[in-house]
Amino acid sequence: MSSTTDSRAADGTRRRRRGPRTWLATLPLLAFTGLCFGIPLGAMAYGAVTRTDPASGATQVTGEHLARSLQGPYLGSLIGSVQLSALTALVGGVLGVVIAQAVVTSRSAGLRSAALTASGVLANFGGVPLAFAFIATVGISGVVTRLADLTSLGWNLYSFTGLTVVYLYFLIPLMVLVIAPALDGLRPQWREAAQSSGATGRQFWRHVGLPVLAPSLLGGFVLLFGTAFAAHATAAALVGGSVPLVTLKIADALSGNVLTGQENVALALGLDMILIAGLVMAIYLPLQRRSARWLR
Amino acid sequence: MAAMTPTSRYTEGAETRQDGQDAQVARGSQDARSTGTGTGTPARATARRPRPRIWRGAVLALAGAYFIVPLVASFVFTVHVPGRGITFEAYTELLSADGFTESLLLSLGLAAATIALSLLLAVPALVAVRIGSPRLRPVVEVMCMLPLVVPPIALVTGITTVLRWGPDHLSRTPLYQTFIAVQNENFPVVLVLAYTVLALPFVYRSLDAGLRAVDVPTLVEAARSCGASWPYVVLRVLLPNLRASLAGASFLTLALVLGEFTIASLLGFRPFAVWIVSISGAQARMSVAVSILSLLITWLLLIALSRAGTTPSTAAAAPATTSRKEP
Repeated sequence: MSSTTDSRAADGTRRRRRGPRTWLATLPLLAFTGLCFGIPLGAMAYGAVTRTDPASGATQVTGEHLARSLQGPYLGSLIGSVQLSALTALVGGVLGVVIAQAVVTSRSAGLRSAALTASGVLANFGGVPLAFAFIATVGISGVVTRLADLTSLGWNLYSFTGLTVVYLYFLIPLMVLVIAPALDGLRPQWREAAQSSGATGRQFWRHVGLPVLAPSLLGGFVLLFGTAFAAHATAAALVGGSVPLVTLKIADALSGNVLTGQENVALALGLDMILIAGLVMAIYLPLQRRSARWLR
Repeated sequence: MAAMTPTSRYTEGAETRQDGQDAQVARGSQDARSTGTGTGTPARATARRPRPRIWRGAVLALAGAYFIVPLVASFVFTVHVPGRGITFEAYTELLSADGFTESLLLSLGLAAATIALSLLLAVPALVAVRIGSPRLRPVVEVMCMLPLVVPPIALVTGITTVLRWGPDHLSRTPLYQTFIAVQNENFPVVLVLAYTVLALPFVYRSLDAGLRAVDVPTLVEAARSCGASWPYVVLRVLLPNLRASLAGASFLTLALVLGEFTIASLLGFRPFAVWIVSISGAQARMSVAVSILSLLITWLLLIALSRAGTTPSTAAAAPATTSRKEP
C-alpha cells in the first residue's frame, strides 16, 4: 500500500483530491468480503479437490470429484443450466430494455416511479412464492390453465419452456432496474446533436445510442445470466427433477438424496458453476470500464 | 454553443412533459435551426412523432398483463374453491397459523441488519474510490460483483464446511464461542453475513449508478473549498445526492432477504420464506395466500421507503447536476 501512496505523491499529473488515506475507507468492505466470502469459497474449493480418509484423517489432493462432476448426469445438468440461463438472459434482456425505454421516455413521473418500484419488488420475487404463484396460475389445475384450456394447447409448466416463462418474471424487472439508469444517462443533447446533423432515429441508435449502451447491456445480460444460473428454489419447487439443472443436483447431493459421500461432488459442482460464471464476468468487466467513460 | 443550451433544454422539457402545442413549438424551433440540412427532416419528424406513444402503450400493456395475471390468478386460486365458491379461509386461518409472526419478525430483523451492514461497508468504500483512490476501483468492483457469480447454493456449501470447523477444530479456542453465537436460533448472525455478501452486487450497482449521476469530485471540491469538514461533506453533501440510490439499494436488499430460501433452509433456520415452504405441503391454498401477502408486504415496505428516498426534489436534482457541467 505504501508504494501506491508514494507513487501517487510523485505523480504530479494526477488530480489529487485529498490526502493519501482514502483507501482506508475501502478496507472494511475488502476485509468483510475476504472473511465472509473468501473463506467459505476457499473451503469449498479445498473440499472440491481433496479427499479426507475418515479412518486415518489423512487428506490428499485428488481430481476425482471434479472429474465426476463433468460426467454423465452432472454434465447434463451443467449444460441444461447454461442453456436455460443463456436463453432467459437473452429474452429477458431484450424485453427489459424495451420496457425500460418505454418507462424512461414516458412523460408520467408516476408511471416511472411505479414501474421502478415494481421492478425492485418483482426482480426479487423469485424463489418459492413465485413458483407457487405460477402453479396457481398456469399449473396443472391453475386458474388460467382451466380458463384457457392450456393443456390441450400443449402447455406444460413443468418443462424447460415453463421454467423460461417463470424465470422471465424476475429477470425482466431486473433488467429494467439495471438498464434504466444507463438509458437515463443518454443525454438529450446527444440526440439533439445527432438530429441537427441530420441523423435519423435509427442512425442515432446505430452510431451513438447502442455503442454507449453496449457495455451496460452486456452487463445486464451477465447479471441476468448469473441470476438465472444461480436460481434454485424456484426450479426446485416447480420441476423437481424433470429438467436437469445443476443447482438441483447440488442440493440433492448435499442433502444426501443420491448416495453417501457425494458432498465433495457437490463442492466440485459449485466450483464448476463459479468457473462458468467467472468466464462470463471476465468478458464483462473490461466492457464495463469502457462504459464508465460515457455514462458518468 | 452556450447560447444554444437554453433552447435545447427547453426543447427537451417540452418533448418530455407535454405534447400538442409545446411540442409543435419545439419542432418549429428545431426546423428553424436545421433549415440548412434539407427539406426532408421536418416531414420525417412529423411522421415519426405519434409512433412512440403507440409503441410505448403496447409495450407497457403487454408487460403489465404478464406481470399482473399471475398475481390476480393466484388470488383467485386462494379464494375460489371449485365446488364451494368463494371463501377467505386461507387468509383468516393464516393469522393464527403457527410460526407466522415469529418467522416474519425474524426476516424483518435480518433484513434491517443486512441493509445497515451492507450500506456501512459499501458507501465509504465507493465514495473513497470515486474521490481519492481510483486505482482501487477495479478491486472494489470485483469484490462487490463476485458474489453475483457465486450462486447461494455454492456459498452455502462453503459456509456449512466452515461452520463444521467450529466443533471439529476450534472447540478449545475462544473462536468457538463466536461460532456458537453466530448460529443463535433467535437471531442467526451467520445469515446476516451471508445475506450481506449476496446483497453487495445489488448495493454496489445501485450506489455506483447514483455516484455516476453526480459529479462527486466537483461536489467535494466545491464543498471543501467552502470550508466544509469531511464528515459534513459526506453527510450533508454526498449522501443527500445519493438518497435515491441508497433507497434503491435498501429496497433490493430488503426484498432479497425477505424472499431468500436456499441458504436459510440448508443451514436449518426458519425465516419467512422457509416457513412458507414448510406449510405448502399440507395447505396449498394457504401457501399461495402467504406468497401473495409476502409480495404485498414487501411492496408496501418498498413504497414507504421510496417515499422517504426519492422525493421529487432529489429526482429533479440528479439530471440538473449532470447537465450543469455540460457546457
